[in-house]
Amino acid sequence: MSSFSITEPSNRTKWFAGTLVILYAVITMIPLVWIAITGFKSPADAIAYPPKYIVGSESEAGFQPTLEGYVNLFTTRTRQTQDFLDANPPETWADEIVRQYDMVIVGPSKFGERFMNSVIIGFGSTFLSVFLGTLAAYAFSRFKIPLADDLLFFILSTRMMPPIAVAIPIFLMYRQLNLSDTHLGMILLYTAVNISLAVWLLKSFIDGIPTEYEEAALIDGYTRFQAFYKVVLPQAATGIASTAIFCLIFSWNEYAFAVLLTTANAQTAPPFIPTIIGIGGLDWPAIAAGVTLFLLPVMVFTILLRKHLLRGITFGAVRK
Amino acid sequence: MAQIVIKNLKKQFGDFTAVRESSFTIEDGEFFMLLGPSGCGKTTTLRMIAGLELPTSGEIFLDGEEISQRPPSERDIAFVFQMFALYPHMNVRKNISYPLVSQGMPRAQVKEKVAEVAGILGIEDILDRPVGGLSGGDRQRVALGRAIVREPKAFMMDEPLGALDAEFRERMAEELRALHDRMGATTVYVTHDQLEAMQMGDKIVVMNNAVVEQFGTPQEIYDKPATMFVADFIGSPSMNFLKFHGKIGSSSSDVAMHETTFAVPQSREPFEGDMAFGVRPEHIRLSDVAPFRAEVLATEYLGTTQIVTLNTAGGEVKARIPATQSARAGETVGLEFNPDTITLFDRQSGRALKSELNEGVLHG
Repeated sequence: MSSFSITEPSNRTKWFAGTLVILYAVITMIPLVWIAITGFKSPADAIAYPPKYIVGSESEAGFQPTLEGYVNLFTTRTRQTQDFLDANPPETWADEIVRQYDMVIVGPSKFGERFMNSVIIGFGSTFLSVFLGTLAAYAFSRFKIPLADDLLFFILSTRMMPPIAVAIPIFLMYRQLNLSDTHLGMILLYTAVNISLAVWLLKSFIDGIPTEYEEAALIDGYTRFQAFYKVVLPQAATGIASTAIFCLIFSWNEYAFAVLLTTANAQTAPPFIPTIIGIGGLDWPAIAAGVTLFLLPVMVFTILLRKHLLRGITFGAVRK
Repeated sequence: MAQIVIKNLKKQFGDFTAVRESSFTIEDGEFFMLLGPSGCGKTTTLRMIAGLELPTSGEIFLDGEEISQRPPSERDIAFVFQMFALYPHMNVRKNISYPLVSQGMPRAQVKEKVAEVAGILGIEDILDRPVGGLSGGDRQRVALGRAIVREPKAFMMDEPLGALDAEFRERMAEELRALHDRMGATTVYVTHDQLEAMQMGDKIVVMNNAVVEQFGTPQEIYDKPATMFVADFIGSPSMNFLKFHGKIGSSSSDVAMHETTFAVPQSREPFEGDMAFGVRPEHIRLSDVAPFRAEVLATEYLGTTQIVTLNTAGGEVKARIPATQSARAGETVGLEFNPDTITLFDRQSGRALKSELNEGVLHG
């Protein structure tokens, strides 16, 4: 490669670009790393000034890692008298941790339940959005539908204002329909918000798949539906995966509607995490532990599908 | 194996007519070419036979059965696409066995069939490769394999060589023709390349502007064109048209053009008006004594022959003459035409005037 190539960047350019990317990555990572570290601090270390950020107790900035945050996140505890504590020695390592505050564990917290709600509602609505979106996108892409352009515009127009603008009508409607605080209600709501994105994204992907593949399958003796799921779906996998990630990120992180519409039964993790109250103030390590766990599923999902995501976000533009 | 009869087939897309009432018959075992410029309706016709488009009106008979409204899966017709349309997420073996799997054929039998087809096409060694990395020729063979594996009644091929390199096209054309001769299956082949059509076809339908212009064997189409379009489209260089205003009697054997009288095949219909005197380049001879004079404009040397461009009273013509004969730009020479090969055309409609030569030629 000559040093004056037009297409190949020079070493200095590469070095500069690399440094920029790494710098940006570090800056965006700092809050995440801070949250993850805080989850392993004691409440005192979490709010210490100057902040502690090194594992180990020797230096000024060092802290002793502890699972206190996680124990507090998953349990409910009560303060007990010394007599009671003396009569009941701690049984597990978790008991030992809470003993230092003269407390005993009386049962699990609501976190597990809320987390499961998030999983059911987040993945449920993602599945429904992608499922309906794929069918609609296929129909728009392949069949002559009267007023297809107007319908597509109408579908997009549902995203032209922030969903929260219609919060009050939805709140009243959900109360009437008994959908408030139900899994189904939240799944339907998030699906309604996501579906326009899903239809538009997937339509561009399916438009990029030559119709000859389906025609070949029709000729080879398959029905149109068989051609769709045996030939078109595998081709659209990239688009489906990246659409699923976008849908999941929205429904997993949604906060406003979750606060408004869920209280006990179907409450998701986002409105629950800030309500974790400690003794005399917010229990920052427990909150940080909750946030860390909350981040994991989307991270894992994204990492699993990242190959598709990278190809997917170019919207099939590079496809011939 | 099957005979295919097309009767008054018509296809409209909204206001656009892709195919106007067309009729022709494809005999059992024929290698049948649908030839025409792009947008003439040939691919639409092919897709209607295969069931990928439903005709607006008209009938298609496959072995005497009317099939024009049936889904493609019920027609037992295979289709080879121009861009091959191999399933990209499957390997070669799966692509070829796919039509058999849809019929619910037992696995052992599928394997046997695929091996047999791979043997015919010489692709045994690539059976387990993904289709993505294959060369154009191998993709073409896999596409053919997928078509022949289920032994359909007929094959439809939509410019199957169009996506191949020029040097490879010729070889695949030979392979295709050899494959057809070996299997004897009725094949309908769409192309815009007149050479390919002449080279491979038993019969040719020439289409233009949604209309069948002519239907016949390559020899008939070449020697007895039914319209000026066909005469112009087939052959390279194409037929010369000497323009003149004149008349011909109902059974006269000569015609006066630009003050010279020429012998022509005996006429079967009288005509008077704007005419074209159609003569193929190889049927023109240069002669010093001939009364019809022309000026040599240019020569193109082609080895055994040369193409001479001449300016005549009827317009520019091209003659194919032996390379050894001398012809220099600027010279004035006389022209003679082989009288048995002349076709006269009505310039207004483009239609060939009926004569002894083109009796029995099928118009669309």
